[in-house]
Amino acid sequence: MTLPWTLAHLVTLLASPILVVGVINRTKARWAGRKGPPLVQTFHDLVRLTRKRPVYSGTTTAVFWVAPYVMLATAAVAGLIVPMLGVGSPLSFRYDFVFFAYLWGLGRMALMLGALDTGSAFEGMGASREATFSALVEPAMFLSLGTLGSMAGASSFSQMLTFHGADPAVVVVRVGCTIAMTVLLQVESARMPVDDPTTHLELTMVHEVMILDHSGPDLAAMEYGAGLKLATGSALLASLINPFGAGSPRLLVAAAHLALMLLIAVLVGTTESTIARLRLSAVPRYLLAALFGAVLALLASIWRTGGAL
Amino acid sequence: MKRSFPLRRWAVSELEERRGERWAERVGALLDEGLRVVTAFARSEGTDVIATALLQSGDGELELVRGRLDRAHGYHSLTPTHPAMHCFEREMHEQTGLRIGAHPWLKPLRYEGIAASSAMGAHPFYKIQGKEVHEVQVGPVHAGVIEPGAFRFMCLGERVHHLEIQLGYQHRGVEALLLKGDARSKAQLVETIAGDSSIAHGLAYASAIEALSGLDADPGLERGRAIGLELERVAMHLAGLSGLAGDVGFLQGATTWGRLRTTAINTSMRLCGSRFGRGWIRPGESRASADGALLEVVRSNLALMVRDTATVNDLFLSSATVRHRFQRAGTLTHAQALDIGLVGLPARACGVELDQRAYGLGVYGEHPMERTTEASGDCWARALVRIREIDRSLSWLARILEGMSSLDAVRRPVGELAAGQLVASLSEGWRGEVVHCLETGADGRLVHYKVQDPSLRNWFGLALAVRENDISDFPICNKSFDLSYCGHDL
Repeated sequence: MTLPWTLAHLVTLLASPILVVGVINRTKARWAGRKGPPLVQTFHDLVRLTRKRPVYSGTTTAVFWVAPYVMLATAAVAGLIVPMLGVGSPLSFRYDFVFFAYLWGLGRMALMLGALDTGSAFEGMGASREATFSALVEPAMFLSLGTLGSMAGASSFSQMLTFHGADPAVVVVRVGCTIAMTVLLQVESARMPVDDPTTHLELTMVHEVMILDHSGPDLAAMEYGAGLKLATGSALLASLINPFGAGSPRLLVAAAHLALMLLIAVLVGTTESTIARLRLSAVPRYLLAALFGAVLALLASIWRTGGAL
Repeated sequence: MKRSFPLRRWAVSELEERRGERWAERVGALLDEGLRVVTAFARSEGTDVIATALLQSGDGELELVRGRLDRAHGYHSLTPTHPAMHCFEREMHEQTGLRIGAHPWLKPLRYEGIAASSAMGAHPFYKIQGKEVHEVQVGPVHAGVIEPGAFRFMCLGERVHHLEIQLGYQHRGVEALLLKGDARSKAQLVETIAGDSSIAHGLAYASAIEALSGLDADPGLERGRAIGLELERVAMHLAGLSGLAGDVGFLQGATTWGRLRTTAINTSMRLCGSRFGRGWIRPGESRASADGALLEVVRSNLALMVRDTATVNDLFLSSATVRHRFQRAGTLTHAQALDIGLVGLPARACGVELDQRAYGLGVYGEHPMERTTEASGDCWARALVRIREIDRSLSWLARILEGMSSLDAVRRPVGELAAGQLVASLSEGWRGEVVHCLETGADGRLVHYKVQDPSLRNWFGLALAVRENDISDFPICNKSFDLSYCGHDL
């Protein structure tokens, strides 16, 4: 990537967590008949949090205060691999999607350990739920990304996501991957119908309960890290559904990409306004949809190559 | 016009005092005959304990069984054969020290008194043991702005095996305070027994005081108070539905019902000056008043609530995700409801036909109110009962206000309380039956004031309902009962 595009990527990466969350909250407010908070409210919240002094319980250890920063750092680096503007990424190498998956995995591990470190029954339950759900979507993630890569003949994220073809099988593969990635986004960024980011009920929480004991700058790091994951996930999805591929002018691709990210945020907000959250015991069944999407993509890819992978 | 709710007065001197076990035998016999226990309470008199049980027959008639028991000797617990007695026996034991033999769960109900309350942190919760089980303690301090109460979940993974609820953190000594000073001036205190049921408690209290002072029921009083009671019911049911929708993340229900609740409480505000109906009811008084213009406002508010609830009810009832969350969650059977003596809304959601408004007394004789029951006993049924009761209360209010040119405040003089009397006064609040029992001594002063909020009996229903449910469904089960902590703790 050229320097201006890299800079644009960085700016998008840093600003989109605030704006994506802002657009979701605005959408929800509109559905509820309210005006809603300013688009950059999250930014003000983060600034407020960084000015506070964190509070640590006597039972916690270094694991507890390191966790938020591991999560923030992994989310930020992962954001360098995904095409935030749909036209390539600053960090790109062979099989970088595996690196990406385990960066998120490392962040999640830190989050779960930090939660367990508090010794609270709530946080333990949240960590257990997080571990279950993420284990269930991981196969779908690798299956869909692997299929996409083998079809595109590429091994890096930015190449495989921007691969286009008129072949109907390519469309089916992309649809399958989109289904898998949508569910993945809902799990990874703790959105409805898997998790409810606005709930105040500890017993029903997954992600929110694991950050319950964090405060001040630590909480800000957690919140911003979660926002980064949401924004990166939206960018992933936007790349998948972007009608303009590698052959089109870069500015057009980027404009369409950003518009699609915005649309995804509106759709997330709309989903959260119109349906109820799933019962927790029904979530694993719902996550099967991700596997279904990935298998669909795999079958279409096999059909396209006539049986050879 | 008669009073709108069951109320009965007895001369204490004419009551038969049953000694020892014979009191319990008589209560047990009446329960076996099919009567329902409404309350049972006791007070100390020297080394004796005066126990009183209030029962109700299927047609609403109240019966009393009076007993004189030796504190140290006590009696054999009725709870093993009649589980509905469990909370009353715990309360009698805690308040008077009365020995109750073989009660299966004789733990303190609310740790009354400073000495007792210091032991609250060491409540002897049941324990669950094994390799794959764990216990989750929620409260007594909660993350939100809700009242304090401790919940101990005994879980197998995500599944709740048993829930034990420990309350008492809101104990304010209401019953003792009610005995101080002039019994006729206690309305303000009564209204804060459970702040969201001010009218229901106020109504039961005022009716009892009027019965003790010999003031007959007055049509204007009955009508004005019933309007307040139904408005309170509509407002709190709307708040409950809004909370239920919010707890499953169903935004449209949460916001629309929440907004309509404001309309309901603002209507109370216009009528009596308080959004929660404080000051609406005093002994001998119904203070709410409205001229023709204000009544028009009230009618249009009611019409607005009818129109908008219809829309949001439809969205809620037709949403598959909402249905999936609430159906078969927190189920109580009809038999369980009868066994543990569930009252009010959760009882009706189990198909128990129990509603103190349905006996056709007073205003509810002029304008009948049907019982709303559902059969399934789950969170869905409790939501449905709320939805239907709002509909029925709104149309009832429209009927009673129809053709009314003004609503006038009523004030009747309340004389001295008669001596040596016992009066039991009920009302049907939005949660269920509210019971106030007052006894006067030889000088006409109160010797006992028993207050009972429906929460006292229904908390155990919640504990039963969450068994074998997901622990993550506890919040919606809890909200579907929507019980009062301070109403229980007094």
